[in-house]
Amino acid sequence: MAGYILRRLVSTIAVMVMVGIFVFLLLRLAPGDPAAMIAGRSATEEMIAGIREQLGLNDPMPVQFMHWVGDMLAGDFGTSILAGRPVLELLSQRLEPTLSLAILTMILAVTIGVSFGVLAAWRAGGFVDRILTGFSALGYSVPVFVIGFFLIYFFAVRTHWLPVQGYVPMSNGIALWFMHLILPTVTLGLGFIAFIARVTRASMLEVLSEDYMRTAVAKGASSYAMLFHHALKNAGVPILTVVGISFAYLIGGVVITETVFNLPGIGRLVVDAINNRDYPIIQSVLILTSGLYVLINLTVDLTYMLIDPRIRY
Amino acid sequence: MQMHNTIRDEVLLDVRSLETHFYGEESVTHALGGISFQIMKGETVGVVGESGCGKSVTALSILRLLPKLTARTVGGEVRFHGQDLLKLSEQEMRKIRGGKIAMIFQDPMTSLNPVYTVGHQIAEAIQIHTGVSRSSALTEAEEMLRFVRIADPERRVSNYPYEMSGGMRQRVMIAMALACSPELLIADEPTTALDVTIQAQILRLIVDLKERTGTAVMFITHDLGVVAETCQRVIVMYAGRIVEQASVMDLFARPMHPYTQALMHSVPDRRRGRQSRLPEIPGIVPNLRDPIIGCSFAPRCPFAIDICREKTPVLRDIESGHAAACWRSEEIVCA
Amino acid sequence: MTLPAATLEITPTAPLGFSGLARIARRHPLVLIGGGLLALLIVLALSASLYAGDPGNMDPFKRLQPPSAEMWFGSDHLGRDVFARTIFGARISLMVGLASAACAALVGLLIGILAGYNRMFDNIVMRVMDGLMSIPTILLAIALISLTGPGIGILIVAIAIPETPAVARLVRSVVLSVRERPYVEAALCGGARLHKVLWRHILPSTIPALMVQGAIVCASAIMTEAALSFLGAGVPPEIPSWGNMIASSRLYLAIAPLTIFGPGICLAVTVLAVNLLGDGLRDMFDPRAKRRR
Repeated sequence: MAGYILRRLVSTIAVMVMVGIFVFLLLRLAPGDPAAMIAGRSATEEMIAGIREQLGLNDPMPVQFMHWVGDMLAGDFGTSILAGRPVLELLSQRLEPTLSLAILTMILAVTIGVSFGVLAAWRAGGFVDRILTGFSALGYSVPVFVIGFFLIYFFAVRTHWLPVQGYVPMSNGIALWFMHLILPTVTLGLGFIAFIARVTRASMLEVLSEDYMRTAVAKGASSYAMLFHHALKNAGVPILTVVGISFAYLIGGVVITETVFNLPGIGRLVVDAINNRDYPIIQSVLILTSGLYVLINLTVDLTYMLIDPRIRY
Repeated sequence: MQMHNTIRDEVLLDVRSLETHFYGEESVTHALGGISFQIMKGETVGVVGESGCGKSVTALSILRLLPKLTARTVGGEVRFHGQDLLKLSEQEMRKIRGGKIAMIFQDPMTSLNPVYTVGHQIAEAIQIHTGVSRSSALTEAEEMLRFVRIADPERRVSNYPYEMSGGMRQRVMIAMALACSPELLIADEPTTALDVTIQAQILRLIVDLKERTGTAVMFITHDLGVVAETCQRVIVMYAGRIVEQASVMDLFARPMHPYTQALMHSVPDRRRGRQSRLPEIPGIVPNLRDPIIGCSFAPRCPFAIDICREKTPVLRDIESGHAAACWRSEEIVCA
Repeated sequence: MTLPAATLEITPTAPLGFSGLARIARRHPLVLIGGGLLALLIVLALSASLYAGDPGNMDPFKRLQPPSAEMWFGSDHLGRDVFARTIFGARISLMVGLASAACAALVGLLIGILAGYNRMFDNIVMRVMDGLMSIPTILLAIALISLTGPGIGILIVAIAIPETPAVARLVRSVVLSVRERPYVEAALCGGARLHKVLWRHILPSTIPALMVQGAIVCASAIMTEAALSFLGAGVPPEIPSWGNMIASSRLYLAIAPLTIFGPGICLAVTVLAVNLLGDGLRDMFDPRAKRRR
């Protein structure tokens, strides 16, 4: 067990080092002199040289890399070129909308997706199953922002049922906060619902044909107990895996959804950073999200044990 | 019960012309071709035949456990205490399953849910049918483990199936089946998947528990030796039909169907164990998708004559309490 | 996504005549529908100049017009023909989608085969692939594009890179399973050169999985292109693409919804066609998967 966690941690660190090298090289490959960019257009040669010295850009690459990693481990992710403030500070200001959207979406997707998938597997080929097949084809094919504009048009512009866009912090009232997040959450959630439902269905179908399911019927278990007690726990490992993997898709979707609905989150920050070539922000977000992804999937692997007692590392 | 002096004589299960079909993509398989038999209270009846002869399908049809999409019982009655199980609602059927009629399956390795403790799974059966609290159901589950002679039940009750051996898991299955004191226990090849030494233990356990609880047992097996050790009456099945039915004594003394005779000649050697799972009779079981003309065993039968290939023999009493479905039973019985 | 494609069996590749195509169409309607729709879209896009107006022509007097016989989808805020722009936008979307898919498939194939045959390479490269997979596609593409600024070439590369690891993993798993097959071992024992075995036995067996994965990558690439353009990090704004059109019209959603829904629906239909084609191909190569679905 401890050995397994250790092994996993080592491979996790290896992956993170790869990501680190990649992101580091990306920055060095960028055309133009970072020092010149920070200094601005009106800078003199001396000023640029000074900044270069200050940033350590004259050191050999490996040394620069070690410095860079060391700074990040110490919690220093650099300074935004545009805002001139620490990246971490900017990110933390933008955290609430992003986190709200991501968590609400996951809750929506897992509850609806799993129940939908269970029902579809229970009556494979039946009504719910057909709906799911059609729905998931749409969920896979309609891009997030197209869904978003459709929902805005019909539920906000035409009917005025919900706010068109924007964000209200939780401190200004939960109800208002929630109202503003309904459309973004549904927009981002539809694809995930389809994804999770399909995996749940496939995994459940496999489990439902197992011998122990027949044993459960033979002892008089109800359909509900069969599906949600006996089958779902067995089908849980693949579902959990997919939830872990889809985190990467979630982040991509968050960036787009925030743009569609004008939510002042980390996604907006990144999009604004592209236009301003604000590399420190882009690279920090890359490192942090991939770190989070790796961490989430490590956690997922460890929770397998809670679901299936046979899994012991 | 008040009418009869002996409980033995009361009919518990009365199966009449049971007919089950399997539906493939383009074909229909007549897995059960209208079979009829009875099981008395407290009686042990063996159902014997090669793989695919319809033994398990009979059991699954009685409990309505057939896969919904591919199989359907299209005709007949399954009267349990006079009540036709095929006409019950799914909800009423649930009370029968595990409560009045319990079943144990062939492969104990796959028949227990891997993610719950065995105590939990036995307790679940008790809770479904008695509605007692979780904690008292768990205590009862522990009792049941003791009842099926699992050592150290206090500890075992919180074991997961993967922590147990095959024999022990089958004991758990038996404990689960008997937990609600069913009137009929259907045992579908309960020892086939086990080691030879364990087989004998499990058989003895079933016989012993049957004596103590007075439950009737329908014992499905391909092994006539097992039947001889455990049963009072035998039903021999071939190609979805009953071909012979008699008391164990009569059947072994005077087998009246060529198929039964062939089965006896190929009784697996117990010492060789599992290799001889299938009795070796020349020829193959007929394809139940094609309509069968004449006796289904005729192509493999050494005694077959013209009439066997033209007309299907019905099950008829040759002697009192001894029936066979063969045109030539009287001639071959002493052959 | 867990694709059963890794377990694909090799299907004999007989030359496909017209009757062969007809048989595929009858047995696998998804291939027909998806493939047909895609072919139709390609033809429409390529022949755009024959029937659609000039996508770049601005008419300040005809801003945000409703649909008419002249302009089927109406006009945008600069008075441009939305229908013409949508049709011309299809060229960009399809081109970028197909080109990225082809790049990802080729590079992934190469990496996958090498990783399946060389342990050293496998260990190093697969860690890199793990790393790439841990970065969300859109963010990775954004980062790559932010290096040079918007452009079609960098866009194709930026979309292909995040899609490559999945292809490489899939090919690697096929190679690992195929190289244990008796006929491959027999060929090697019989003195065949490794590169010949790779070319004759290993490569063909990866084709079915590669085609299925290629369709998935293509659908994903078209979506990523649109998303990036929408975010302002994709196709340069002066070129009409569906993502650009939606981004530049977003303020006029309430007044002229077709400026957004026109390209939006086309985008969805295109992705749907590619997805259907992918599903159909998977059913065709792996009939077991069809029964499971």
